[in-house]
Amino acid sequence: MPKPYEISAEEAAVKIRTQELTAEEYVASVFNRITQIEKRINAFITLTKQTALQTARQIDEKIRKGEKLGCLAGIPIAVKDNICTRGVRTTCSSRMLKDFVPPYDATVIEKLINQDAVIIGKTNMDEFAMGTTTETSYFGATHNPWNLKKVPGGSSGGSAAAVTAEETPLALGSDTGGSVRCPASYCSTVGLKPTYGLVSRYGLISYANSLEQIGPLARNVYDCALLLSVISGHDARDSTSVNMPPSDYTAFLKNDVKGLKIGVPQEFLGEGVEDAVRKAVWDAVNLLETLGAEYEEVTVPTMRHALPAYYIVAMSEASSNLARYDGLRYGFRVKKDDGDWSTIYAEDRRAGFGTEVRRRIILGTYALSAGYYDEYYLKALRVRTLIRRDFEKALKKCDVLVGPTMPILPFNLGEKIDDPLALYMCDVLTVPANLTGYPAASIPCGFKNGLPIGLQIIGKPFDEGTILRVAYTFERNTDFHKRRPIL
Amino acid sequence: MKQNRKTHICREEVEHVAWLAHIKLTEEEKNLFTEQFSRILDYFKKIDEADTDGVPPTYHVLDLVNIFREDKSGKSLPKKEVLKNAPRQEDGFFKSPRIV
Repeated sequence: MPKPYEISAEEAAVKIRTQELTAEEYVASVFNRITQIEKRINAFITLTKQTALQTARQIDEKIRKGEKLGCLAGIPIAVKDNICTRGVRTTCSSRMLKDFVPPYDATVIEKLINQDAVIIGKTNMDEFAMGTTTETSYFGATHNPWNLKKVPGGSSGGSAAAVTAEETPLALGSDTGGSVRCPASYCSTVGLKPTYGLVSRYGLISYANSLEQIGPLARNVYDCALLLSVISGHDARDSTSVNMPPSDYTAFLKNDVKGLKIGVPQEFLGEGVEDAVRKAVWDAVNLLETLGAEYEEVTVPTMRHALPAYYIVAMSEASSNLARYDGLRYGFRVKKDDGDWSTIYAEDRRAGFGTEVRRRIILGTYALSAGYYDEYYLKALRVRTLIRRDFEKALKKCDVLVGPTMPILPFNLGEKIDDPLALYMCDVLTVPANLTGYPAASIPCGFKNGLPIGLQIIGKPFDEGTILRVAYTFERNTDFHKRRPIL
Repeated sequence: MKQNRKTHICREEVEHVAWLAHIKLTEEEKNLFTEQFSRILDYFKKIDEADTDGVPPTYHVLDLVNIFREDKSGKSLPKKEVLKNAPRQEDGFFKSPRIV
């Protein structure tokens, strides 16, 4: 018999509904697991054990009374700490917000509560989601459950590590340049960045607003599709939310890829991609072909400009979005009120923000400043148009594009943290989906020396269904998702 | 040729931009950032190789423009809740440092 914390959200939802397992037992089991291993992982910043158990008991009561239940009744979920939760501190892993308690819930949190999900805590991340390793957190780095010396990926590293270490079946992350897919790849979980506009960003603390989306993480494709169905949908409070009818993404999960056309962009398998990663991806493509898909090599030539264009846009938007941290309405304040306001302001922002956040705000300010605006920011936005055109063209011929999520295997904690440019380079294969707004997922597709490899699947706008169908078929015919780290 | 030019940002420029961004830097950080920014900006200049003549910029990937709502006031949060996170407050107001 598997322990309750080991089972998937899909299975647990049925067991709870049929009273084979109580929500309280499931949630308590998850917290026992957290108590056992969390010291070694550091996936969470805040745990909400008492309220979670109380919510679980209320759900059990509803079941006993035969009341109507949400589709996530009694299912634990961990939430990235840049998504506002009413009454539960939301820090963005920053000293600036270390005591910030939001007076409201993000739209995705309202949706989870409406479906009777149980929020168990807030997960560790790179400060303000700026990073690829979860090392820039004010609360210390998260460790990769597959090898505690390695990075878990980032910036949603706490969410992915918690899912793979069975501290929760489900988690929410956010993806600005790969922040859901990168840790999904490095921790061997399923993670999806939805099409820009599919999921409301209301209550997501902004980093780069034209690029980011909240996305689901889970241990299998079904659970990921289930969570996506809950969090997606139009929201009048986010003016970039697209008005579309709600969709049940689990309905797309067929073990069948016959007739689908899979594009393999050659730029995704070029220089800088490790051999083990390249091999795992080709094995995956060959398997999908055996299962009835057609594949074709395609080309997206402007890919080589994607990374610099992404960083210019992201840093520029960051410098504007993070201007709100003045230590007045919320945030960190070191100085008393003596001295002039600009000195106080500059000292609060120096003490409240970590090095990488300061670096990005200042570089973004530079790229937007008079004399450099055209050269950097505007040029990057024109390049963004070219990249969009390239991907649009490639996806005219193909249903999905596949490639690696990350060019290299998980590396050692501390290995790259002093070299910002080397860290930025790790995002080279994930940023195109953010620049174009296209949906993309990462699923487990192999291991090398005990370290996970992720397959990235990029789809057409609002065609998450086809991505999930390909992911599901691959998962039904492989065992990578069944492996668990030894902890 | 333009794209072969090395980007150099000097220490004074880093100081100036940090001031614009209202972030104080230590002497050590000024040196570190000056060195790092030159390398990063040099890498960013790679986009100069892309021919963007006549290509419009993409500020946003959606075709949505000007989403309007009725000009009616909605429910607000209680004042107490809103002030709860303010480091300094007085008589129901946020307290800011002296501006003028």
